Amino acid sequence: MKLANLLKIALKALNNNKLRCFLTMLGIIIGVASVITMLAIGQGSKNSIKAQISEMGSNMIMIHPGNMQRGGVRQSADDMQTLEVTDYEALQRLPGIAAISPSVNSGGQFVNGNNNYPSTIYGITPDYLDIRKLKVKSGSMFTEHDIKSAAKVCILGKTVVDNLFPNGEDPIGRVVRFGKIPMTVVGVLESKGTNSMGQDQDDVVLAPYTTVMKRVLAIDYIQGIFASAVNEEQTEEVIDAVTETLRSQHKLKDDSDNDFEIRSQQELSEMMNSTSDMMTVLLACIAGISLLVGGIGIMNIMYVSVTERTREIGLRMSIGARSIDVLSQFLIEAVIISVTGGIIGIIIGILASWLVNIIANWPIYIQMYSVILSFAVCTVTGVFFGWYPAKKASNLDPIEAIRYE
Amino acid sequence: MSDNKEIIRVSNLRREFSVGGEKVKALRGVSFSIREGEFVTIMGTSGSGKSTMLNILGCLDTPTSGEYFLDGVSVKDMSKNQRAKTRNRKIGFVFQNYNLLPKTTAIENVELPLLYNSSISAKERHERAIKSLEAVGLHDRLYHKSNQMSGGQQQRVAIARALVNDPVIILADEATGNLDTRTSFSILTLFQELHARGRTIIFVTHNPELAEYSSRNIVLRDGKVISDSYNPSPASAREAYEALPKDND
Repeated sequence: MKLANLLKIALKALNNNKLRCFLTMLGIIIGVASVITMLAIGQGSKNSIKAQISEMGSNMIMIHPGNMQRGGVRQSADDMQTLEVTDYEALQRLPGIAAISPSVNSGGQFVNGNNNYPSTIYGITPDYLDIRKLKVKSGSMFTEHDIKSAAKVCILGKTVVDNLFPNGEDPIGRVVRFGKIPMTVVGVLESKGTNSMGQDQDDVVLAPYTTVMKRVLAIDYIQGIFASAVNEEQTEEVIDAVTETLRSQHKLKDDSDNDFEIRSQQELSEMMNSTSDMMTVLLACIAGISLLVGGIGIMNIMYVSVTERTREIGLRMSIGARSIDVLSQFLIEAVIISVTGGIIGIIIGILASWLVNIIANWPIYIQMYSVILSFAVCTVTGVFFGWYPAKKASNLDPIEAIRYE
Repeated sequence: MSDNKEIIRVSNLRREFSVGGEKVKALRGVSFSIREGEFVTIMGTSGSGKSTMLNILGCLDTPTSGEYFLDGVSVKDMSKNQRAKTRNRKIGFVFQNYNLLPKTTAIENVELPLLYNSSISAKERHERAIKSLEAVGLHDRLYHKSNQMSGGQQQRVAIARALVNDPVIILADEATGNLDTRTSFSILTLFQELHARGRTIIFVTHNPELAEYSSRNIVLRDGKVISDSYNPSPASAREAYEALPKDND
């Protein structure tokens, strides 16, 4: 039996039963398309949450003074002075830390000629840009030298620029006043917009931490340390290492509490992930059900279509088709229907995901595995339930098959 | 009767079925041989074993015991696939209810047996299908679909399909059973024409009238041959056909 002849026989048989073919395919198409679309929506929302978190710096670790008792009186965090520049310097040497910056800040009025605007000045090191995923749009970041010399330089966020330079002048090189201190603007940050909590992330002014410590606040401690781990997975280890280092820096006894607090973005990211995971599971369940229903539809139609063709099978056998020829024919038919249906399903699934994105403005992300999984399940179901009744039919007695009513 | 080659030889053929634990003896020792160019009718009432006989002759079924030689080869020891191949190369079936593929053109129906023969090219397949449709007088209906044809035309297509593989024998199972008298005679005429051109035909029927149109008549009853008679001068089906009134209204 030539394969070409077999193909010809199968294609003719399919052509003779276009409606039945189409109905079988429809089950597969709907199954595949719905799985792809549902998972694309689920993964899309997950990704967008993830992106928002990493906007804030997903590896970020924040160290604040905390939990200090002085003579039985708990102190407010702002008053605590347990973190020092030496702590920052000690932490700098830890492995697993990609970037680290001390942090001191102060609110106040910025003035440029007739314009003024209240904002917050953050005393940091250039590493802070990496930790918070900030970028300098024009001008440049201040240097290590500026830190050493506590230079009166600053970098402005977009909101501050808009308010201090309403006529669109270039702020670089201009001098603005923070309180009574004149500061030269050396750079402007790229806009980040608001974060997921609705905070304006552009309402900031960055300056060397030494400048803020010595010239603005006149303090010798730091208010916090920002760091980022090399990657998300190492965050836990880094937190442990930081704790240990700070405890030994602060000469804490084994039984005393930490006099600092460490927080990471992970908690937040875990919470948000679990929400979106739940949604993905829900969508996957719906998709799974449609896949199941599609599969049952495929079984049904395949089974019926083979049964109703029993006489045709009998005839084919009486004119010389072997069992294997009959089986191959039905298998080829099933493969053609399933694979074509699967491919159409993939196309429709991708189109539908795209439409959801365009019309409902939902983020979508089509994963390769969802495409492969749904395609595989549907084609395997289709082929199996095409094969099984065909196998039965090909083992029929040709005499019985041809007399089948 | 003649010195022609022996196409079929069965000796002491038996076939038993067990139905619900009970043994049914459909054939109880049948022996005969058929030579090339014979037109044999096998007759019998229902239950006589003629269907079983046809199935065995058509290599669709195997005997419980006894020998069956088709074209000099023993069928008894053939595997299922070998029997399928034998059906494809040596036998042409004509069924009572035509058994054409629905929604398929006459020529595609006729080509079907050749599709299961890989040694035949597409071109040859097409040519042979046209030739055999011409032989049954359907040269102007090559591309009509099976459901657009009358019963008589469908049976002609079925006969063309039986002829297309150039079989050593044509097996017809009540081939006129579904047709009105007039069409029956026209189909019978076609069989006689094929016979005249040297085809070997076995026509299984329960209709005793048909015996006078064949060259030999074997009658089965209760699984045994009760009569085997030669008819030296078969009646002409064409004359009978022409004697029928053309319009019954």
